[in-house]
Amino acid sequence: MVNKSKQKVAMPEQEPAVRNQNFEEVSLGYTLEMAMEEAARCLNCRHKPCVGGCPVNVPIPEFIEALAKGEVQAAYQVIAAQNRLPGITGRVCPQETQCEQLCVRGKNGEAVAIGRLERFVADYVREQNLTAKPEIIKNGIKVAVVGSGPAGITCANELAQKGYEVTLFEALHELGGVLVYGIPEFRLPKSLVKYEINKILEMGVTVHKNVIVGQSLLFEDLFGEGYQAIFIGSGAGLPRFMDIPGESLNGVYSANEFLTRVNLMKAYQRNKIGTPIKTGDKVAVVGGGNVAMDAARTAKRLGAGEVSIIYRRSEAELPARAEEIHHAREEGIIFRLLANPVRILGDDRDGKVTGLEIIHMQLAEADSSGRRRPVAIPESEEILPMDSVIIAIGQTPNPIIKRAEPELDTNRHGCIIIDEATCMTNMENIYAGGDVVTGAATVILAMGAGKKAAAEIDKKLNGQAGR
Amino acid sequence: MYKIVEKQKKSELVDLIKVEAPFVAKRCQPGQFVIIIPKADGERVPLTIVDADKESGLITLIYQVVGRSTQELALLNEGDMIQEVAGPMGQPSQLHAQKRVLGIAGGVGAAPLYPQLRELKKRGVAVDVIIGARTRELLLLEDDFRAFADQVYLVTNDGSAGKTGFVTDVLKELLAEGWEYDEVIAIGPLIMMKSVVDITKPINLKTAVSLNPIMIDGTGMCGCCRVKVDGKTKFSCVDGPDFDGFLVEFDELMQRQGFFKEEEHRCRLGG
Ligand SMILES: Cc1cc2nc3c(=O)[nH]c(=O)nc-3n(C[C@H](O)[C@H](O)[C@H](O)COP(=O)(O)OP(=O)(O)OC[C@H]3O[C@@H](n4cnc5c(N)ncnc54)[C@H](O)[C@@H]3O)c2cc1C
Ligand SMILES: Cc1cc2nc3c(=O)[nH]c(=O)nc-3n(C[C@H](O)[C@H](O)[C@H](O)COP(=O)(O)OP(=O)(O)OC[C@H]3O[C@@H](n4cnc5c(N)ncnc54)[C@H](O)[C@@H]3O)c2cc1C
Ligand code: SF4
Ligand code: SF4
Ligand code: FES
Repeated sequence: MVNKSKQKVAMPEQEPAVRNQNFEEVSLGYTLEMAMEEAARCLNCRHKPCVGGCPVNVPIPEFIEALAKGEVQAAYQVIAAQNRLPGITGRVCPQETQCEQLCVRGKNGEAVAIGRLERFVADYVREQNLTAKPEIIKNGIKVAVVGSGPAGITCANELAQKGYEVTLFEALHELGGVLVYGIPEFRLPKSLVKYEINKILEMGVTVHKNVIVGQSLLFEDLFGEGYQAIFIGSGAGLPRFMDIPGESLNGVYSANEFLTRVNLMKAYQRNKIGTPIKTGDKVAVVGGGNVAMDAARTAKRLGAGEVSIIYRRSEAELPARAEEIHHAREEGIIFRLLANPVRILGDDRDGKVTGLEIIHMQLAEADSSGRRRPVAIPESEEILPMDSVIIAIGQTPNPIIKRAEPELDTNRHGCIIIDEATCMTNMENIYAGGDVVTGAATVILAMGAGKKAAAEIDKKLNGQAGR
Repeated sequence: MYKIVEKQKKSELVDLIKVEAPFVAKRCQPGQFVIIIPKADGERVPLTIVDADKESGLITLIYQVVGRSTQELALLNEGDMIQEVAGPMGQPSQLHAQKRVLGIAGGVGAAPLYPQLRELKKRGVAVDVIIGARTRELLLLEDDFRAFADQVYLVTNDGSAGKTGFVTDVLKELLAEGWEYDEVIAIGPLIMMKSVVDITKPINLKTAVSLNPIMIDGTGMCGCCRVKVDGKTKFSCVDGPDFDGFLVEFDELMQRQGFFKEEEHRCRLGG
């Protein structure tokens, strides 16, 4: 029986006024009944338009069909064949521009809640402990994976399943990349990330934390130690600044610094010991993507009274996930759109931020790229009193590896260039994928890249098995 | 977990430790540093690698107790484990000097200066060093420098050891006496490095400084260690920590480190 409702089954959530005071997860997830009810909205379309919107081709109608019958474990197997981290993607994929955008139910009402269902299946299987440990036959071939973000862990996972001796090298003291240092607890619980990573480690992946490839180790060292291939999934971690006056004042943070202090260094759990990060009462967050939403909502939770998003284009161009924008609004974040920072003002004596000068913008005609360009409205400057300014205008790949390995080809943004067909860089047996190749993108694209590279590495190396 | 295999007390507030960190020992060079986390869930603390031995995988660190994390570290003894040790980070020092170098250490700045001067000595460069601190107990590594340096000058603000005054007083005297150096390496509190550059820049005496802003990751990811050098934003952890002293915008950096507010505390770092 198809459920004809035009709306998705509502997701239980913490009340906005409650949740903007805590770091617990905002969305509470479906129950089995809710999930089955929502699954019944799927028409099981023969042409599967939704699948075309998913970067890793999750067989959406098939998993939803199993779920509609209450066969959660079967649904999990269907998803996991394409996507091994559904608990994560179900939470963080921009579904409205991917799978759900193409869902036929979306033409007249809301799309099927594919992301929520994916999340439900993963959570249910985890909570009921239904996952089986795969049988692995080791092939003795060593592969090094650099970086433990979604690209690196997916690549390590795939290769370990195929029997490779995988070693993961991570610069930081925790595994997970942006999943642990960037995306906040209230959107992606760290216990979930830990659980997924532990599953991968249980397959016998060796881990070396605190090792910075390019500093602690060079490619030649890795090959010298018998690694046959290297996968680089080092992400796009280098924060961009605006190059406007006042950026070095106290109280100006990159979103990475702000979120790292709170997430990785666990400032959010430390209120008993004293807060290692002070936002003051009025906080400006510059940017309109997921990173900006996360920083704004985190600032609110740390106790800031008034938090504003400053974005130079309009609502329609906000690049963040629709759900995050919606949640941020509900939590009382102020959106100052069509506004661009000009300079940050500070106190001469202690160098602390006192305000942000913005200029109002308007959208000009669409240019050749089809995007409407924001242009400043003359003499529309305005000074907003602020206690801190968080800059979330994008990140580029970290230059450490390129500096240490000048032979490695990168483009002018510092992104590693790969052969799309083989995922290999210009250096033999060195592969790359995720944000370090594409520039800051999404979790699912990074995972897809890690998976594809693993398949290519296997293709290249499996002839050597048993040597 | 990284084991402390040796610990020596250098003074009331300063310890030297040798730690097992094979990945760091393998490729590190003078001027580079590690980031350690003394105890689980602690802060990330940058410390210069004073010495390293590839064979044994041991690195030597010298630290002064200034706040919570260095206190946590000081509580650990031989045989205890440090939670995390990451590195090596930063760029190796350039070490331009060919004939004679003057090292200037303020307080705990002696620790990062030591491996650089020793390396220069190995390369056949004559080495003079001024060690300065607020008071006698904070004068660091005197014997270690004496073991290889040509001249060692001591200076304390309160006159409890060596000359009374500032490292810059000794610098001026040496220059007045006609000593010729092809490079000065000054490492210490910002105000000290700035004062040194104020003297060396007008006479175009090349001066390297080592910056120690607050750092978190040390891999270029957070940007909180950013400094303006020659008008450009640089990240101390990946582009430094050593920079050409003539090009560093000290005033902005001092403001950024809350210099004016925390002056009282900072003085304990010597200089
Ligand atoms: C705050 C924030 C919110 C986001 N929200 C979303 C969202 O809602 N949905 C979505 O799809 N995407 C989101 N993204 C983007 C997404 O997180 C990234 O696209 C994705 O994490 C990229 O994965 P990756 O594996 O390529 O790199 P990363 O996740 O960046 O991981 C790279 C890892 O490599 C390590 N590393 C770097 N250099 C070295 C080296 N030299 N040696 C060893 N290790 C190294 C790093 O420490 C890091 O752990 C968000 C990003 C941020 C910052
Ligand atoms: C590249 C680099 C190399 C360093 N090498 C050494 C070394 O070899 N030996 C050594 O003893 N110290 C070194 N430091 C300084 C050391 O990292 C700090 O003293 C330490 O982080 C203080 O931590 P804490 O928790 O004990 O003090 P906190 O409680 O964090 O701070 C106590 C006080 O110390 C000051 N402080 C904090 N961080 C720094 C800092 N990074 N630099 C200067 N003052 C600071 C602050 O003003 C604060 O009031 C280095 C710093 C950098 C960036
Ligand atoms: S992985 Fe992402 S895009 Fe693909 S089906 Fe799941 S939520 Fe949709
Ligand atoms: S397009 Fe929508 S309704 Fe059709 S199969 Fe996909 S999820 Fe189901
Ligand atoms: S310490 Fe984070 S970028 Fe330098």
